[in-house]
Amino acid sequence: MLGYTIRRIGAALFVLWAISVLVFLIFFATPGVDPAARIAGRNADPATLEQVRRSFGFDAPITTQYLKMMNHLFLERDLTSFVNRGSRVVPQITDALPATLSLVIGAAVIWMAVGIAMGTAAAAWRGKAADPVITLLGILGVSMPVYWLGEVINLFTQSRMHETVFRWVPPLGYVAPTENPWQWFLHLIFPWLSLAVLYAGIYARLLRGELIGALREDYVRTARAKGISERRILVRHALRCSLIPVVSLFGLDFGALVGGAGLLTEVVFGIPGIGHLTYNALQNLDLPVIMGTVMYAAFFVVLANAAVDLFYARLDPRVRHV
Amino acid sequence: MSEPLFEVTDLQVSFRGRSGPVNAVNGLSYTVMPGQVLGVVGESGSGKSVSSMGLLGLIRDRGATVTGSARFQGRELIGMPDRELRSVRGREIAMVFQDPMTSLTPVYTVGWHIAEQIRAHESISKKAARHRAIELLAEVGIPDPARRVDAYPHEFSGGMRQRAVIAMALACDPALLIADEPTTALDVTTQAQILDLMLRLRETHGSSIMVITHDMGVVSEIADRVLVMYGGRAVEAGTCREVFHTPHHPYTRGLLASVPRIGGEKLHRLPTIPGAPIASSERPTGCAFAPRCAERHDACTMQPLLTGDGHLSACWLTAPEVPA
Amino acid sequence: MTGDVLLKATDVVKNFPVRGGAAGRRGPVVHAVDGVSLEVRRGETLGVVGESGCGKSTLGRCLVRLGEVTSGRIEFEGQDITRLSRRRLRPVRPGLQMVFQDPYTSLNPRRTVGEIVAEPLLVHRRGTHAEIRATVADILDRVGLTAEQADRYPHEFSGGMRQRVGIARSLALEPRLIVADEPVSALDVSIQAQVLNLFADLQEQLGLTYLFVAHDLGVVRRVSNRIAVMYLGRVVELGPADRVYSTPAHPYTQALLSAVPRIDDGTPAQTPTRERIVLSGDVPNPIDLPSGCTFHPRCPFARDNCRTERPPLSVDATGRQVACHYPLG
Repeated sequence: MLGYTIRRIGAALFVLWAISVLVFLIFFATPGVDPAARIAGRNADPATLEQVRRSFGFDAPITTQYLKMMNHLFLERDLTSFVNRGSRVVPQITDALPATLSLVIGAAVIWMAVGIAMGTAAAAWRGKAADPVITLLGILGVSMPVYWLGEVINLFTQSRMHETVFRWVPPLGYVAPTENPWQWFLHLIFPWLSLAVLYAGIYARLLRGELIGALREDYVRTARAKGISERRILVRHALRCSLIPVVSLFGLDFGALVGGAGLLTEVVFGIPGIGHLTYNALQNLDLPVIMGTVMYAAFFVVLANAAVDLFYARLDPRVRHV
Repeated sequence: MSEPLFEVTDLQVSFRGRSGPVNAVNGLSYTVMPGQVLGVVGESGSGKSVSSMGLLGLIRDRGATVTGSARFQGRELIGMPDRELRSVRGREIAMVFQDPMTSLTPVYTVGWHIAEQIRAHESISKKAARHRAIELLAEVGIPDPARRVDAYPHEFSGGMRQRAVIAMALACDPALLIADEPTTALDVTTQAQILDLMLRLRETHGSSIMVITHDMGVVSEIADRVLVMYGGRAVEAGTCREVFHTPHHPYTRGLLASVPRIGGEKLHRLPTIPGAPIASSERPTGCAFAPRCAERHDACTMQPLLTGDGHLSACWLTAPEVPA
Repeated sequence: MTGDVLLKATDVVKNFPVRGGAAGRRGPVVHAVDGVSLEVRRGETLGVVGESGCGKSTLGRCLVRLGEVTSGRIEFEGQDITRLSRRRLRPVRPGLQMVFQDPYTSLNPRRTVGEIVAEPLLVHRRGTHAEIRATVADILDRVGLTAEQADRYPHEFSGGMRQRVGIARSLALEPRLIVADEPVSALDVSIQAQVLNLFADLQEQLGLTYLFVAHDLGVVRRVSNRIAVMYLGRVVELGPADRVYSTPAHPYTQALLSAVPRIDDGTPAQTPTRERIVLSGDVPNPIDLPSGCTFHPRCPFARDNCRTERPPLSVDATGRQVACHYPLG
């Protein structure tokens, strides 16, 4: 087990390193791309370019540049932005984290509750009228892009019906829960819902399929022969086994979202989270910030993978003793 | 003669097929006496498994209909509300299925499964249920039951798992144990252990047993009475001795002859029954075995009834009066 | 009826790495086949029996080179085929064919029966299309299928018919040896007998040699001239079928035979002569084999040296081989 853990950590570190090299190369070594030219602006004269190059250290060999950047990002933790010089990257990320966590945790609670309820109901009522209705709702949720749904929600809550039904909806943005919990909740309710709609549909469909498979299993027949209720068979036997793949998918999705995959939702609703930070950095090609957010995102995805592996063993006793 | 424990009369199980209903079981009748072991033999498609599943409401296909009569200890099972039937299942009539590898929910311990069975029908504490589970595991010959009660199904071998499933089935002291191919997935030496166990438990628990299998050797070893099924009907019934020593029906004779034995003369060619077991959708009117029967004649276009004195057979050759 | 040695296996070992072990590293292994030596003679049927996990199927696959052996030597028609590359094996392949247990999963559902049987002929470029068509028709006829059935798909057939297709495919390249792995165990009893008879007929007509792997002792006795009994990856007894069944020499063989349920049909041959020996416990873990004779933990006759010394497979006066320190008289 110890050897396995060490190997897992080693592999994770390797993945993080490979991602950092890849991102670095994309921005610094792609032929025809000169970061100095980007920073200096269009039609900059050669002297300015040379000055920028020296000032940002672009004249050093590429490996030195990479090592310096890694040193500032991880060891000195004082990497600064190219665009707003003097603004440090690491604090920017830690400042953005609470907003992202608020968004993702809230949405996750909603989509897991709704997804499991919908998937279970669809499987329990399989072949009846409710099943295709639930399935259709799920597909509808999956097929609405977050940015479109978010904009439509904003259209109604912020302008069209703002004076009537949605008078209580605060303007776009984010309020820390430590500052005002009620306002925190009101600001996030629509972002949560629009993010959850997508995932609830996916999870409901996945769970329905798993459950229908589980209900055909021999162990469900055994459970029926024992004379226990259909409700208990569904929940304690079929659902319990069907949740195993759902939970592992959840871990991966959650990790990716905390890592910044909720970018579109954050941008549409003006939430200053990691996704928003990444979005701005990409717009300005602010390489240190991009590097910082990408490394942070990769870290969460790798962490989520490890967490899923560990939790999987709790859920499924069969993998415990391998 | 005492009252039968279980009396099935004219059981029909049909499914909705592409072109009209398909009868998987087509007028099956049998009785199980208290303490008796009834062996039901047949090949695939004979309806041997479907019949017992249908009686206990275990067929969830909504296109399936079950008609006829099944009296168990004086109560009629067919048409019984699901809630009431559930109190019979597991408590009065327990079932053991073929594959012990897949018949237990993988995420729960063996002890949990047995405790669930007990607590479904009796209001006892979790602790008491666990205690009973350990006793039951000891009774079916699981070594170190106090420790193994917390083991997961995948930590047991096939034979041990089938023992655990049997322990679970016996947890509520059922009057009837229906075992559907209980040893088919097991090796011969394990099969011998399980058959011994079932016979021993019949003595100690006084349960009647219905063994459904394709293996006539298993029936011969364990059963008091035999029911041979073909095409959704019983074609022959009698004591083990009657059916295996002097088989009446051509199908029983053909089946017995085609089993390769481990003793006796080694035949150059095995006698065979031509053709394949018939699918329930393409069963002819009249005797279902007629298309494969070497002794068929004009009368076989009509359905022969299961008749006889104790040793019953559904064949015009043995019928008391051949229709004109 | 039996002639020269067609296939010879010497000390064949096949280990599988245990799941979870890193590839390329020395981890625990499953000893699936643990030093098997046997000869298959031209024209005979050698039956291999044993319970699940005894390595009988793995052995069968190794002998036709469907898996790499860990060590040992396999000779087919005098040629060492143990380490032949895929390309060098190609000319040998037609002589060695295999029939599998599940006729459904081993047949391509998108091909017609005729195409399935023709495939090996096309791969090995045996003649023109017209010639291949004629050969296929001939083979289908041999296994009891009509030319009209050649245009149907496997799912349109019953289990017994599908197994006939599987046999037909294995016959296409005119093999000398067919390894049949549980070929009738998925079939109904009445169909089983038909397929077993087909095996016997084909052997007679084509002079085939079979290695017949099965768990059903009745089936194996029916088809085999000689029988090898396997336990935990080793052959514990090998000899003429009648002698092995009437007077088993290894305690495991005896226990196995006594465990088979008999149909008491009133004839003396079917009434068990000896009391049933019910073996206690389960087959041990093939990762961590017992020392000495691997059967000793379950053997009713085990003595001290059975725990420490591995009994060799020794030949008695009648040519029967037994791996036991104290064979039954």
